Amino acid sequence: MRITEETVQNVARLARLAVGREEAARLAPQLSDIIGYAEQLQQVDLEGVEPTSHPLSRYNALRPDEVRPCLDREAALANAPDSDGEQVRVPAVLEG
Amino acid sequence: MSVHTVKEIVASLRRGEAKPSEWAARILECIRRADGRVGAFLHVDEEGALARAKSLDGQPVEGTLFGVPYALKDNICTAGLRTTAASRILENYVPPYSATVADKLASAGAVLVGKTNMDEFAMGSSTENSAFQPTRNPYDLERVPGGSSGGSAAAVAAGMVPFALGSDTGGSIRQPAAFCGVVGLKPTYGRVSRYGLIAFASSLDQIGPFTRTVEDAALVLEAISGFDPHDSTSVDEPVERFADGLDTGVRGLRVGVVTDIQEEGLHPGVKQAVEQAIAVLQGAGAEVVEVSLPHSRYAVATYYLIAPAEASSNLARYDGVRYGRRADADTLLEMYERTRSEGFGMEVKRRIIIGTYALSSGYYDAYYRRAQQMRTLIRQDFDRAFERCDVIALPTAPTPAFKLGEQLDDPLQMYLNDMYTIPANLAGIPGISVPCGLVEGLPVGVQILGRAFDEQTVLRAAHAYEQLRGFEMPVPALEGSA
Amino acid sequence: MSGVSVSEARASYETVIGLEVHVELKTRSKIFCGCSTSFGAPPNTNVCPVCLGHPGTLPVLNEGAVELALRAALALNCRINQDCKFDRKNYFYPDLPKGYQISQYDQPIGEDGYVEIEVGGERKRIGIVRVHLEEDAGKSMHAPDGSHTLVDYNRTGVPLIEIVSKPDIRSPEEARLYLEAIKSIMEYCDVSDCRMEEGSLRCDANISLRPFGQREFGQKTELKNMNSFRNVQRALEYEAERQTAVLSAGGVVEQETRRFDEATQTTVSMRSKEEAHDYRYFPEPDLVRLHISDEWLERVRGSLPELPLAKRDRYVAELGLPPYDAGVLTADRGVAEYFEAVVACGADPKTASNWVMGDVLASLKATGERIQACPVSPANLAGLMKQVEAGRISIKQARDVFKIMWDTGKDAETVIREQGMEQISDEGMLAAIVDEVIANNPKSVEDYRSGKTKALAALVGQTMKATKGKANPAVVNKLILERIGSPDSGASGGGPADA
Repeated sequence: MRITEETVQNVARLARLAVGREEAARLAPQLSDIIGYAEQLQQVDLEGVEPTSHPLSRYNALRPDEVRPCLDREAALANAPDSDGEQVRVPAVLEG
Repeated sequence: MSVHTVKEIVASLRRGEAKPSEWAARILECIRRADGRVGAFLHVDEEGALARAKSLDGQPVEGTLFGVPYALKDNICTAGLRTTAASRILENYVPPYSATVADKLASAGAVLVGKTNMDEFAMGSSTENSAFQPTRNPYDLERVPGGSSGGSAAAVAAGMVPFALGSDTGGSIRQPAAFCGVVGLKPTYGRVSRYGLIAFASSLDQIGPFTRTVEDAALVLEAISGFDPHDSTSVDEPVERFADGLDTGVRGLRVGVVTDIQEEGLHPGVKQAVEQAIAVLQGAGAEVVEVSLPHSRYAVATYYLIAPAEASSNLARYDGVRYGRRADADTLLEMYERTRSEGFGMEVKRRIIIGTYALSSGYYDAYYRRAQQMRTLIRQDFDRAFERCDVIALPTAPTPAFKLGEQLDDPLQMYLNDMYTIPANLAGIPGISVPCGLVEGLPVGVQILGRAFDEQTVLRAAHAYEQLRGFEMPVPALEGSA
Repeated sequence: MSGVSVSEARASYETVIGLEVHVELKTRSKIFCGCSTSFGAPPNTNVCPVCLGHPGTLPVLNEGAVELALRAALALNCRINQDCKFDRKNYFYPDLPKGYQISQYDQPIGEDGYVEIEVGGERKRIGIVRVHLEEDAGKSMHAPDGSHTLVDYNRTGVPLIEIVSKPDIRSPEEARLYLEAIKSIMEYCDVSDCRMEEGSLRCDANISLRPFGQREFGQKTELKNMNSFRNVQRALEYEAERQTAVLSAGGVVEQETRRFDEATQTTVSMRSKEEAHDYRYFPEPDLVRLHISDEWLERVRGSLPELPLAKRDRYVAELGLPPYDAGVLTADRGVAEYFEAVVACGADPKTASNWVMGDVLASLKATGERIQACPVSPANLAGLMKQVEAGRISIKQARDVFKIMWDTGKDAETVIREQGMEQISDEGMLAAIVDEVIANNPKSVEDYRSGKTKALAALVGQTMKATKGKANPAVVNKLILERIGSPDSGASGGGPADA
């Protein structure tokens, strides 16, 4: 499948990356190569093969419902680029 | 000039010949002298290391790594110590907590001296994708150290630290170990806690050691292994004393050689060195058996769907809201896009876009799901192979280290560096790279893979080879190694 | 609208509603980390590196959250997926720290259940598509001037279940009844507090109209921002009318998300998203699969309490209560337990029901207390009822005694003794007082005899007053009649006041 510049820009938007026209033009053939290479998998008969999402067959890693100490607020906000001392501040969320 | 192993440093401390603070000072001096040319470190914590070492002076020598200086790849979180994953987006990030491996090494008595360079978010095979600096191969400063854990590999190779930790998602410990002529071990998935490892691809990532010897790798592995209640994917398998029993030899051990291995792109010198390594094991009494891994030829394609897909999600948290870099903007959407576009490098963006594409509606079944199905077949290949053999020996990387800048314009070619290492990540099994000679003056490695949670056998075979290979890896001719 | 009123037009369309209800589970700690879930803590104090989504952190599933989700799914009659997993739902929002929400996509913990509601005296089943476990997001506060948004992450990672109904709901009223049923079941199972005002129960609705008899669903709109059951009903009512108007004018309903505006009691369109949602669900690689063993499942099943509707049926069948009483008493688990405790002390069920539905609930409402904090214990209420039954106090006195018991926490016996309220039934003691009342009220006696039977009440009242209310009214009645005879001179026996 050829990845068009438009596809690159649409997918980038979904990932919250701003990709300009020039950058999209550079990326499109590279991504086409990579996806094209990955398309080898289309040639293999995988009918009925269970997918592996994890190398472990382990299950139920559970923890008891116990409260553990939290960070104090200063530490919680220490890395925040902007805050009012109590809450993290971000530019206005436009509706939608 | 001499380089020291973990075992030697611990022994000297036990004999009371040196104090931890003396070792720390020596190592720091060595980094000061050599790292200007290598660029292995992003941050050296002189003050912290000396203070910590001094606090150990005079204490009873307890813990397998008591007083041993070491370095961490900069994607392993350290409380109060900047941790960047070599990305602009985390340039000023100071974690409020430490990774479980850092805590475990601290309780084993080890002394952290600094954080090492890497490909941004561990995406790359040359460490050239670091947002901050390149790292050079100590054997040839014009060449890459491999990646993504190139800083840790180069630091150990140059004798700046006796051991360092890296992370391996598709070969990021083993390939730079091969390029830099050191031992690099990727443990079984679940053996070592990932808590505090900045995630690249969660179902593939695993932390492991770089050392000068297999025995040191066993010592470090023992210190960092074990179940962690903070990591649901860590496994409650008993932690063996991996360094014990290394000397039992390989008589009767069945070493698998892969008959259907992809040889396109394999350097003849590498091929020959690996064949010699297998011959050494055979000479020591191992039985060589032929095994088949028919689906490994699809491993790179499988990996380059699964890893970017997981990464696209794992890297969504870098949004400029709670930590890390934030770009100025009037609206939230603009803030997100500018922060992420300015904060991530090209390779990271490339992989986020591939991964987002592979997961997006309409493509999931064609790409991501098929990759997961292929992953099943690749695992099953190994299950079958390990019915016939105990370990599998193959090259670590198809070539010796390439030159800086050589593969930057061809991402796909760069990805093919990992063709021999990726299958182990997909299957979750352990693998080690041990230096097996020099090709055109550059180190190359043999890779030994084993059954899940059978690091003991992998280490035993690797150690036997190391003892019998008949040469010592030359120390790179850098000024100022300790 | 060509002259047809909306209400007339509405009659030709069938309303189809489906609800998505989010319920916060009552665990102590969050679903994937050990932070407290307590409500109302100062902003960003119930947070840690894990729920803030710091680099390198990993989730570990809270067993208590699984247990509560399992209870909820079983109580909603779901089939349990004993082998299930978690997935990531990817989207960007400042209150979603990791850039994805850990949820369950194609393998929810429960599927294919139902809830029964009662509409117009008929039982109706509302199907449930799925119940799944997920984590809550934080809270965003948008500055009124639109300059910025503040984010508090305390709620991030509080465990939730999402309950998705089938489009089986046919009116806004049914929607409210369904919500009340869900809330009541969740409270019975001790799964959630279901406080809509604290956000521990939240509801989104899908609504569409179709001409009666049409099989295909009409175009639906999604409604958000309804913060009370009443508002859910109102928003749906408004939206049904709006869609009716659109359709009867020959228009088409647009698929969109609309927000309920409390001030105007209308729904308003939220600007449609620039891009379609593409959540890119995939299995969460940081968690392992969840397996609910047969033993675990059976233990939870066995620990479920009797659910409201079953309890209600039992009250009618076994205790002989009217369905209305049974419905009121079982709406809240605490009230039902209180009532059952009163009956367990030997009280007559119907009389106990009158007391609980009357004075008990009224006093709770007046003081804003929960029944768990009721100052009159079930045993004390049963004790009070016994005093009435034994004739020691009148029912009117009993209500006064109840008030004092409420205020002091004392038992009925003590209050009656302290207040000197014991009823006087002794004819000898009352005869002299009755004689005096008759002597002092010749007018009333005359009136009574001339047929004004109401005058008897005046005489009884005077006697009660003279005894400070302690006289047994039935005895007083009898004594007066013995003395003044029957009305219309001569007619003897049971007069109108003979009760």
